[in-house]
Order: sequence, then structure tokens, then C-alpha cells
Amino acid sequence: MRIRRMFNTPVWGWKTPFDELDRMRGQLDKFSEELEKGLLQRRWSGVFPLINVTEDKDNYQVRAELPGLKTDDLDISATGKTLTVSGERKIPSESKEVNYHRREREAGKFSRIVTLPNQIDPAKVEASLTDGVLTVVLPKAESAKPRQITIS
Amino acid sequence: MEAGELNVQDKKEAEAQGELTRPGDFFTPVADIFEDRDSVILVADMPGVNKDGVTIQVEDNKLSIQGEVGTERPGRPIFSEYPIGGFMRTFTLAEIIDQSKIEASIKDGVLRVALPKAEAGKPRKISVKAE
Repeated sequence: MRIRRMFNTPVWGWKTPFDELDRMRGQLDKFSEELEKGLLQRRWSGVFPLINVTEDKDNYQVRAELPGLKTDDLDISATGKTLTVSGERKIPSESKEVNYHRREREAGKFSRIVTLPNQIDPAKVEASLTDGVLTVVLPKAESAKPRQITIS
Repeated sequence: MEAGELNVQDKKEAEAQGELTRPGDFFTPVADIFEDRDSVILVADMPGVNKDGVTIQVEDNKLSIQGEVGTERPGRPIFSEYPIGGFMRTFTLAEIIDQSKIEASIKDGVLRVALPKAEAGKPRKISVKAE
């Protein structure tokens, strides 16, 4: 294949092998870029906590994994179109006598604003924390709900 | 200690030993391991796992923990930043563990396993005699 390609290259446009290598490298770069964009990319905000949002007819549900948090450690507020989740994750310290082998769990403060696709009713927002998973149910505002239209 | 900002820790997919017969993803839970004189304690974050979903096994010197989550999430996903799945991790224990006295509890998605050291594995203070 490669040989044919080289023979097909017009004489006046002769490229050195280095040009060819450059071209190949360019293509590889493009390929890996596309791979990152397409296959590997998740919508990634990089802000703790990571969230999943789902919706049904009447509500949006926002979920986040917050293991070890108590309801008192969390501060949740909502406005017409945004939800703010902030708080602090505390890891109670063990007695002094312990020696660590591994320390991967992290403590710290966090604050995140989530913009929802549509207006919500802030007065009716409900939140629950079960087994370290926060679920916030945000009812859609009347104006944002889909309306069934009947054909007369 | 002044608390800093929390950073996102990406969920790592767990490598299963042997193929899994059940569908679903498994992830490696982040864990703290520490020991005091009498026991080795393991604390692992497994959000979404309740006490019915936890399996703990000690075999020879391998400790494996596994947590299953209910995958039912009502609603149509419109935005997903983290994957949902169970948790699975295996540790090699350096100490001799008294298997009959292992205690485990899970609260708010945090698993805590206390593994008491067997009598033979406890450190002994060695006194040096002066000549």
C-alpha cells in the first residue's frame, strides 16, 4: 500500500520521508483526540461531588455519592433554575495509637452549583440521604412541564 | 486541622478475578487501613450499599469485600458524571487474623471491618537486658 502511494506521488510534489512521518503523526494526534472526545469523554465538571441528573414527567432528580456524610454536614439550596449543594466531609480521627497502612479517603469542604435545564419550583424541593447517596427531587415548574396537546 | 477543598476522585473499575457471572459493573472502593495493637481496621467508602449488600470473606491471608447496590434509578438520565455499580476489592493481610472475631458494620455507605489479630500475631515488647 505504502509503496503504491509513494509511486503515485507526483514528482513536483515530492515529499521527504520526514514529511510523511509528520503527516502520520498528525493523523494519529487527530485520531487520539477524536477518541478522547468520542469514546472516553464523559461530561466532566471536575467539581466535587459528581452528580447524575435524571428527569421524569414532573421532576428532576439529582443524585450524588457522599459516603459518610450526615444530614447536618450538608447544605442544600435551590432557586428558580439552580441547585447548590455544599458541605463538609469529615472523617472522624481514630485514636492516637493507630498506624496507617493506607489512606485513600479524603475529607474536606465542597460546594457545587448545578444549573438545571428548566425552571423548577424551589418551594417543593425535597432531599434525602440514604446509604451515602444524596437524592434531591426538584419538581418542575408548571410552565416547564410538557403539555399534552389534543388535536381538535 | 484545617479542611481543604475536596477533589473529585474518579471511580476505578475493579478487576475481577475470573469472569463475573452476573452483569453489572464493579468498582474499587477507596479505603483506609490502619492497625492498633489488637486489630487491623479497614474503612471503605461504598456509597449506595446497605447491610444486606455486603459480603466479607477471609480466606488464607486474603480479605475480600464486596458490596452490591440497587441499580434502580427512576427517571430518564439527562446528565451522568459518575457510573453506578457495585464495589469489590481484595487485600492481602500481613497479620495473622482471628477469623472468628471479625466484626463489620456499615453506616451511611461507609464500611468498617475490624480484624482482631490472633494472639500469635500481636506485637510483644522485648526488653533488652543490660549485661
